[in-house]
Amino acid sequence: MPDWLLAIFNVLDDALLPTMDATLRVSTPLILCAMAGLFSERSGIVDISLEGKMLAAAFAAGSVAAVSGSPVLSLLAAIMVSVSLAMVHGFASITHRGDQVVSGLAINVLASGLTVVLGIAWFRQGGQTPSLDSSARFMPIDLPFVEAAQSIPFFGRLYSEVLSGHNLLVYVGFAAVWLTWWVVYRTRFGLRLRAVGENPLAVDTAGLSVGKLRFSALVICGLLCGIAGTYLAIAQNAAFVKDMTAGQGYIALAALIFGKWRPLAALLACLMFGFLDAIAIRLQGVNVDFSLSLFGNVWPIKGEVPVQLIQSLPYVLTVVLLAGFIGRAIAPAAIGVPFSKER
Amino acid sequence: MNTSNIELPAWLEIVVIPILNIIAALFFTGLIMLVIGVNPVEAVGHLLRGAFGYEGGLGYTLYYTTNYIFTGLAVAIAFHAGLFNIGGEGQAYIGGLGAGLIFLLLDQYLPAILLIPIGIMAAGFFGALWAFIPGWLQAYRGSHVVITTIMFNFIASALMVYLLVNVLIMPGQMSPESRYFSEATWIPQMHEVLGVFGFKVTRTPFNLSFFFALLCCFFVWIYIWRTRWGYDLRTAGNSEEAAVYAGIRPRKVIVTAMCLSGALAGLVAVNVIMGESHRLLLNFQLGYGFTGIAVSLMGRNHPVGIIMASLLFGVLSQGGLELAFEIPQITRDMVVAIQGLIILFSGALALMFRPWVVRAYLKFKPLGEQHA
Repeated sequence: MPDWLLAIFNVLDDALLPTMDATLRVSTPLILCAMAGLFSERSGIVDISLEGKMLAAAFAAGSVAAVSGSPVLSLLAAIMVSVSLAMVHGFASITHRGDQVVSGLAINVLASGLTVVLGIAWFRQGGQTPSLDSSARFMPIDLPFVEAAQSIPFFGRLYSEVLSGHNLLVYVGFAAVWLTWWVVYRTRFGLRLRAVGENPLAVDTAGLSVGKLRFSALVICGLLCGIAGTYLAIAQNAAFVKDMTAGQGYIALAALIFGKWRPLAALLACLMFGFLDAIAIRLQGVNVDFSLSLFGNVWPIKGEVPVQLIQSLPYVLTVVLLAGFIGRAIAPAAIGVPFSKER
Repeated sequence: MNTSNIELPAWLEIVVIPILNIIAALFFTGLIMLVIGVNPVEAVGHLLRGAFGYEGGLGYTLYYTTNYIFTGLAVAIAFHAGLFNIGGEGQAYIGGLGAGLIFLLLDQYLPAILLIPIGIMAAGFFGALWAFIPGWLQAYRGSHVVITTIMFNFIASALMVYLLVNVLIMPGQMSPESRYFSEATWIPQMHEVLGVFGFKVTRTPFNLSFFFALLCCFFVWIYIWRTRWGYDLRTAGNSEEAAVYAGIRPRKVIVTAMCLSGALAGLVAVNVIMGESHRLLLNFQLGYGFTGIAVSLMGRNHPVGIIMASLLFGVLSQGGLELAFEIPQITRDMVVAIQGLIILFSGALALMFRPWVVRAYLKFKPLGEQHA
């Protein structure tokens, strides 16, 4: 191997690999939530409550793990809580044809208050759940041949340091993307799901229940948000912390829109937003001092990197996309409109 | 039976059904309290004592009420134009930036008589600006205002953190706050005002902005129901097509409504920054924007309803502090949970009880009116 190639690989190894590793870790909840949102929104139900469902699920996972010590039980509890909230959303927006945005917002606000109220009442740690031992968490697992791959430059280390060594739920997140794609585009249910989001009247005329389809979509949505919340509380961290979702549900929603409501594109958007986040974390407090020569002028660039700028990029980019300045994001036609049989 | 087409008398529609919704929300609040082992009756006692009972309680209650009136009106005016402005949070934040910047620039040179109106205008203008962009994007580019205002909340928050940490921070200070503005920018607090007339009142942040908020309620009412612009606003909000036929330009209405909405949200800064903190700080607006949504839904988007709902949330906010003091299991997060329930029952499930009310109404209606 030529020296210059090795040199490039070394730079990539040191700078890029840790960032990519971090990217996967911070992207996982985004990916799971984006897929959750995809099911809901493709069926015609706006879901801004990804955030609240994920938060409530994280609390459920953290609490059950603290009491039972079983990660699997915690996952089930988290899914149950998240699906119940999705059912509240369905009850309000499908059964009672209420405003879907208002209902979603209610769930977010309710979750952000209730998790802390219950947390303080049950554990008395200021809204946090007790710290967990590793036996109660989803811990990193090594993929096969990690040792052997270590010696291969870049690609080997890409495998051993970036792809391997995550907890089970990270891999579940990626599997969920493929599964979502398969369900939405390759199954009868998926076809009906897409149809009900585009033209519910046609689905109704064909003799299918619009409400039932939308409720099933919301169950899947709740399930995926439940996994995302579990990931936050007992895989990525070792306890539930007050407001630990910190807007990630909204970023996932932005990624879903950025991916134009398609699974693979949404995955890429999540990875991009995750990458931005990972960079922002790495650059926190880093000072730069160099000069940029442009058009014959020399611009000195000095001072702390404006991390907030990088952190706000996902939101800015989504607005720009929605404005139609970079491609067009077209939502499912029937989204946000309650379906009523009588006309 | 489909009951949605059956008309109900106004008192059922605007009094009974909203009250049923609030009762449902409070019922679940009581359940939550029982779950965490708190006696709801006792809790309500502490809540009311905290909000009214002790010296200064009322002042704090009305101080919070003022904020909720501003954000509630902001949500309501957008709502009448058929828009859902979730961005009150960011608009209030940026409104504070507007007032703060102008004060940092001018507060040493101008007298109070000029500074206070300029500050109010700056807060409103910056708030309006922050809502103008989502409004314009909705009107002319078709981007949904709900999503863009959510994004703008986060962008506002990032921007303010950056500015306060790096630019506006008082030199030599650790916490991200600007310097204090000169006293000429301070809106008189009620204990000072009453002191002039010889009343002795405990110091609270309750200030003259409260009356400004009431004035805004009046103007919003005039605007929506007594002007041509308000007619245009409501028409476009009800049916864009009908509006076009009537010669109204919906796009203009959308942008105007969002700007007014943002300006009202920005006025939160008048109460908080000019009335109490007298400097710019991180997250001074925290939660007021979102509570405004609950307030507006509960008040059925009408200024009078908004004043009443704001008062209720003022009581909850202030009384919640006292409650947290008395009962350690409860913090102010309880108030957030109650807000969530109210948004759910007064907003998303607003029509849940309607079919029952219609049935009861049809049953008890005097026979003579049956076919009236």
